[in-house]
Amino acid sequence: MTDNPMLTSLAAPAPAHLADDVLVEVGLADRMAPLGTAIGVLWVAWNGRGVAAVDLAKDGPAAAAHHEALSGRRTLLADALPASVASPILRRLAGDRSARIMLDLRGHTDFEVAVWEKALEIPFGEVRPYGWIASEIGRPKAVRAVGTALGHNPVPLVVPCHRVVRTDGTIGQYSLGGPGNKRAILAAEGLDPDGLETAARRGERLIGSDTTHIVCWPTCRHARRVSAAHRVPFRSLRDAQTRGYRACKVCRPTAIEAAA
Amino acid sequence: MDDTALANLLADNIDTAFETLVRAHVGRCHAIALRVTGSHHDAEEVAQDALVRAYRALSAYPPERIRELRLRPWLATIVINLCRNRHRGAALPATSLTPLVEAGAEPQADALAGPSATAERRDAAERLGALLANLPERYRVPVVLRHLDDLSYAELALVLSKPEGTLKAQVHRGLAMLRVAAAAAGLEELIA
Repeated sequence: MTDNPMLTSLAAPAPAHLADDVLVEVGLADRMAPLGTAIGVLWVAWNGRGVAAVDLAKDGPAAAAHHEALSGRRTLLADALPASVASPILRRLAGDRSARIMLDLRGHTDFEVAVWEKALEIPFGEVRPYGWIASEIGRPKAVRAVGTALGHNPVPLVVPCHRVVRTDGTIGQYSLGGPGNKRAILAAEGLDPDGLETAARRGERLIGSDTTHIVCWPTCRHARRVSAAHRVPFRSLRDAQTRGYRACKVCRPTAIEAAA
Repeated sequence: MDDTALANLLADNIDTAFETLVRAHVGRCHAIALRVTGSHHDAEEVAQDALVRAYRALSAYPPERIRELRLRPWLATIVINLCRNRHRGAALPATSLTPLVEAGAEPQADALAGPSATAERRDAAERLGALLANLPERYRVPVVLRHLDDLSYAELALVLSKPEGTLKAQVHRGLAMLRVAAAAAGLEELIA
């Protein structure tokens, strides 16, 4: 020990939370806290690298145990999310795409991350088919793998996998509480899931405007502002193109052709 | 576990070994920062920041460099540099003995911050800590590293990039100043 005992009385113990704070900040442990939203209490896991999980669970210990099993990281329950984490999530759930959310997606494959990043591009209140994602990420034949990757999305709602529907136009499965929840979330974004499925069954896969001769996915904002008098439904992009229409450059309905 | 064994574990796998490093060193990182900055709030931030920076540095180092690291002085260097950055631009601590003695009677509010800290209940160690925080930096830092963190003079020389003889003189002078200030503040019982 020191040859001068004068200063030994100055060794104050470090606060107990300090070690955990460091481990969370570098991403070797996570914290998890509840966030109240329109569809119920979400349990959100995060660390210094970003948001790692969003889950519905009966309580905190169940949510933390599930996240520990999936991530392999010790998960500490907290009372509430810091505003810096909660605020961008709530803004994004409300449709504000400018809200930046850092995500911690370590441990997932490049393919999965590519699928989730593409899903992030789908605007609030719009849907795209699985095949569109497959085509957009350059893997047009990997439609089923896209569906599997979306089913493994660790951050549902933040990465809006609920905005991806089956290529036949039906709403399809959902990881966060099942397909009923998917319909409810889409309805909350202003969509009519039953109406979309009915139209798809009638063969209305794309919507064009006879004034602009541009054809879109039915929920594209440019399709939805076409008045009823000028709305022209199409079964496929090829149908539309043979009648002189071109694909919308915003929602890019060309992509599905390769997958269909 | 000694630091050589820990350095080897870190070289093998930072993510599995880093928690051991944190648990072994968080206390001393905090203690150094507390006595160099004189502030509980600054000490927590510096200690956390230092260990986060240590993780990022280790993540970028090749394994052979990690194996050769002397973890105790290396971490102390990070803590001291962060304490200095924090003070840069802020009011510097007093540099003469007169305000030092005054500080014993009227310590900096921040040095004593805490939920139950009132003027009456400031304990002697906190008051001594306030005196220490008011030593000029060139004396305060070597005194803290030598007599609170128990680094050797050889390790001090690594941390502060100064000859051992210079550091011995600074520690000796710093302790002498602290004794004078402690006596003036009625803290004789803490002086060895």
